[in-house]
Amino acid sequence: MLRCRPQSAAGLTRRCVGVLGFLCAVSLGGCGEGGERLALKEPEAVGGPALMRRLTESQYRATVADIFGPEVPVVARFERALRAEGLVAVGTSEAGISPFSVEQYDAAARGVADYLLAPERREQYLQCGPQVETGFDVACAREFITEYGPRLFRRPLDEVQVERYLAAAQLGIRQLGDFHAGIKYALVGMMTAPQFLLRIERTETDPGNPALLRLDDYSMAERLSYFLTDSTPDRELLRAAANGELRTREGLERQVERLIASPRFEAAVRAFFRDMLEFDLFDDLAKDGEIYPAFNSDVAADAREQTLRDIVTLLIEEDGDYRDLFTLGETWMTRDLGVVYRQPVVSRDGWEQTQLSYAGERLGIQSHISFLALHAHPGRSSPTLRGEAIRNVFLCQEVPEPPADIDFSVVQNPSPDNMPTARDRLSAHNTEPACSGCHKVMDPVGLALENYDGLGTFRTHEYGALIDASGFLDGMAYEDSAGLARALHDHPETPRCAVEKMYRFAVGRDTVWDERAYMDYLIAAFAEQGYRLPALMRTIALSDNFFAIAPVRDAGQHLAHSESRGREQS
Amino acid sequence: MSKLSRRGFLRGTLQGAAVGMGLPLLNCMLNDSGKAFAATGQRIPVRFGTWVWGCGFIPELWIPEKTGSDYELPAHIALLEPYREKLALFTGFDVKLDGVPNKPHVTGCFGLRTGIPVPDYNVKAPTLDVLIADQIADTRFRSIEVCSAGIERSYSYRDAGSPNPSEISPLALYQRIFGEGFQDPNAAQFTPDPRYMVHKSVLSATQEERRKLMQEVGAEDRQRLDEYFTSIRELEQKLALQLEPPAPVENFEMPGRPPSTLIDSEMGNVMENHKLMAGLLARALQCNQTKVFNVLFSDTASNLRRPGSSSTHHTLTHEEPTDPELGHQREVAWFAEKSMVAWKDFLDALEGIPEGDGTLLDNCLVLAHSDCSIAKAHAVEGIPAMVAGNAGGRVRTGFHMAGNADPISRIGLSVQQAMGLQVDRWGTLNMETNRTITELLA
Repeated sequence: MLRCRPQSAAGLTRRCVGVLGFLCAVSLGGCGEGGERLALKEPEAVGGPALMRRLTESQYRATVADIFGPEVPVVARFERALRAEGLVAVGTSEAGISPFSVEQYDAAARGVADYLLAPERREQYLQCGPQVETGFDVACAREFITEYGPRLFRRPLDEVQVERYLAAAQLGIRQLGDFHAGIKYALVGMMTAPQFLLRIERTETDPGNPALLRLDDYSMAERLSYFLTDSTPDRELLRAAANGELRTREGLERQVERLIASPRFEAAVRAFFRDMLEFDLFDDLAKDGEIYPAFNSDVAADAREQTLRDIVTLLIEEDGDYRDLFTLGETWMTRDLGVVYRQPVVSRDGWEQTQLSYAGERLGIQSHISFLALHAHPGRSSPTLRGEAIRNVFLCQEVPEPPADIDFSVVQNPSPDNMPTARDRLSAHNTEPACSGCHKVMDPVGLALENYDGLGTFRTHEYGALIDASGFLDGMAYEDSAGLARALHDHPETPRCAVEKMYRFAVGRDTVWDERAYMDYLIAAFAEQGYRLPALMRTIALSDNFFAIAPVRDAGQHLAHSESRGREQS
Repeated sequence: MSKLSRRGFLRGTLQGAAVGMGLPLLNCMLNDSGKAFAATGQRIPVRFGTWVWGCGFIPELWIPEKTGSDYELPAHIALLEPYREKLALFTGFDVKLDGVPNKPHVTGCFGLRTGIPVPDYNVKAPTLDVLIADQIADTRFRSIEVCSAGIERSYSYRDAGSPNPSEISPLALYQRIFGEGFQDPNAAQFTPDPRYMVHKSVLSATQEERRKLMQEVGAEDRQRLDEYFTSIRELEQKLALQLEPPAPVENFEMPGRPPSTLIDSEMGNVMENHKLMAGLLARALQCNQTKVFNVLFSDTASNLRRPGSSSTHHTLTHEEPTDPELGHQREVAWFAEKSMVAWKDFLDALEGIPEGDGTLLDNCLVLAHSDCSIAKAHAVEGIPAMVAGNAGGRVRTGFHMAGNADPISRIGLSVQQAMGLQVDRWGTLNMETNRTITELLA
């Protein structure tokens, strides 16, 4: 089957930002305006190709925990995830598996197998025996393989596969003289198999329309499960898939409600935001120890956790409005974080809920250390990086690459004497036509966060000069970071971008042009549901488009791949 | 003695019987040329590696005035004097953009390594180290990637979806190579572990699904699946090697476990980590754990920094004013010079291991290069490159060559040819070349 990645509908918006400077007409399209046109009925499904997605690290860990138990150790160094279209979730559909990864998956599998089959634990996983410790108990080996194989492969094993892993177990027993050693290698075989490491979606002819393909039941279960729980289908979902229950509205609803209500739903929301907020980049984050002595890996870990906790509290526990993430005053805090936020934390060891704006009017997750420190230089803040990140991460507006042949002579010499603040230094860019096109898009946004240094600590002065944190975002002017918070909250692109990223996260690919009606539908539904994220995820999971397989068309109808992959430093 | 084969020792040993290895490696067992072990006729392997530093150079402190062999080493590479005869310097070779937007610090690096400039990380062809590894790798590791600046990136790509990640910690590198699964090449006893055989056969069983799965996925995914199966096959081959006694290695000393070091981009830590990893890599090469390596000393948009400084090497290249007295950027020059100190550290590590009648370096071909020439302008014209080592006599060094704006793919082409690849043409559009640098090939 041919894979096509047509020109992205969203891409148009993103490109416009660079070319036209600010909001272009397209970006406002859809939501709210044409009421009749956007009656809340899902447009005809467009769908996309069946994909082959690599498990992310969190999915791998959760899958092992769900199948064998949360205490089972996964000891491996996972390769850095590939990011495409701004999301690791999309990168999973493009990433290959390098020799290094296979080495690591193999080591992880052996570790899991050794743990499960350790003498003190093996009975828990191998209730059947064996009859003789040194012999080949076929029935018992088969029981193990048919018990765990389908969980690992997320669908029943065929007889050839069962025989294959039985043969592996038998060889192990013969060579090593130990039943459990044989089982160990059968398990290692299953855990290094492509059916485990890759989510290979399968299609079948749609009986309702023989010209079309549809996902098979187990692939539907898999999409649903990794989207709503960031983990493997549980027994109940596999059962429902086996019975064809996901084909009926009622059956699908039952499973979707069950998964959203389950404690594992939080893992999916966390996975989405870790991905959207680019928290994987923390692995490469370095801060200068002399300039920011408060920074260390504990602070970095707490900073991420703080943001995720706030998100979970607002969006799941309180079922709040997504847009309020940007104006949130309440937060979770630890003592380590308190040092950076310059705020007392009573709890000696652990998390407590408190006000974010203890010093200065700090509001929203974009004023968290997890955002401010990540989008800054090792030794100083960066309005440009922060402005770019706000546009990319929260508004889905892509800022073009800087020109390669930049003449930096005008922006040289950032010495405290002649240019004490970042605003002074950056104003040089704005007089340079080659630079100003993009810097006017990024800097006024990032400058609003200049009251926070490269780590995120509040400050009023830089090199003795008072910081001016005023700016504007797509027509909304403000005086400080709290104003930026409100501008982000009220920006029409804010919910639209969340919808767009959530859908891409769900399906593991960029949206296509033909899906714009569907995207408008999701955005309208999101608005109608008061910007409740769980409701949005429910709408997606229940939609036909989420599961639909697009008919393979003439390749000429589609444009080439979307470009950017990876993320560079600047 | 010529009838001695290593496999001969191994007949019928899969049940775990111990096998004596009475084969001390003596110099008398080397043949006349010193390029092969006389005992087995086994040749000393030729290894290939790349060594990358970011943000280019200060041309007037780096480019020798004269070409040919009679040149003086300018200030920033003066310390390489001891290696003059083992180095070939290439200046003035260009990445030809052919209208491709120059993505700073990326386009030049991939242009040099793939022969095709790209505007992002979407490489259009495997990097040349991967092409060479495909040809020569028959070792436990297909290649080893390390980065001393704390970034798990490398510029070794099979395709855009599969970059090879770098080890960033000397300790993790040590454990990966010399930890579980490492066999002392000079151990008196060799006992093949039957677990490797079982393990290998399980992986072979996985391959049986290949054909079926390939039919079930689309064309692009087929390629990704193929990569997965290639990686599995490499693991199988690695396990197969574990079942054979390792070839004895003269002068091999098991390296000590390195200390746990601070991993970040501060220059002092970077130099320390780089030295430790260079030493481990040299030992790994010596005892045939790998034949191919890629070292990223500093990322191409170099994040190196001095303690307490609010700027990195990369940001300095753009922001630091030219010192009117020196005629160049003072701080940037400090980083550029330090990069060459590190390069010498790396050469020292390879040169420090005797092998045959020379050193490990003599049996390596190391291509060192940057991503740009003048970082301030992101110029991809005149990217500095060096070839070190003699590849077991396959390349000639000891000269400086000016490229006169020739495509830099000439270097990549010649290096592949030196490593035995049957390739007569490499690169696309203006980067396409069939012009071997004949001065380099012996």
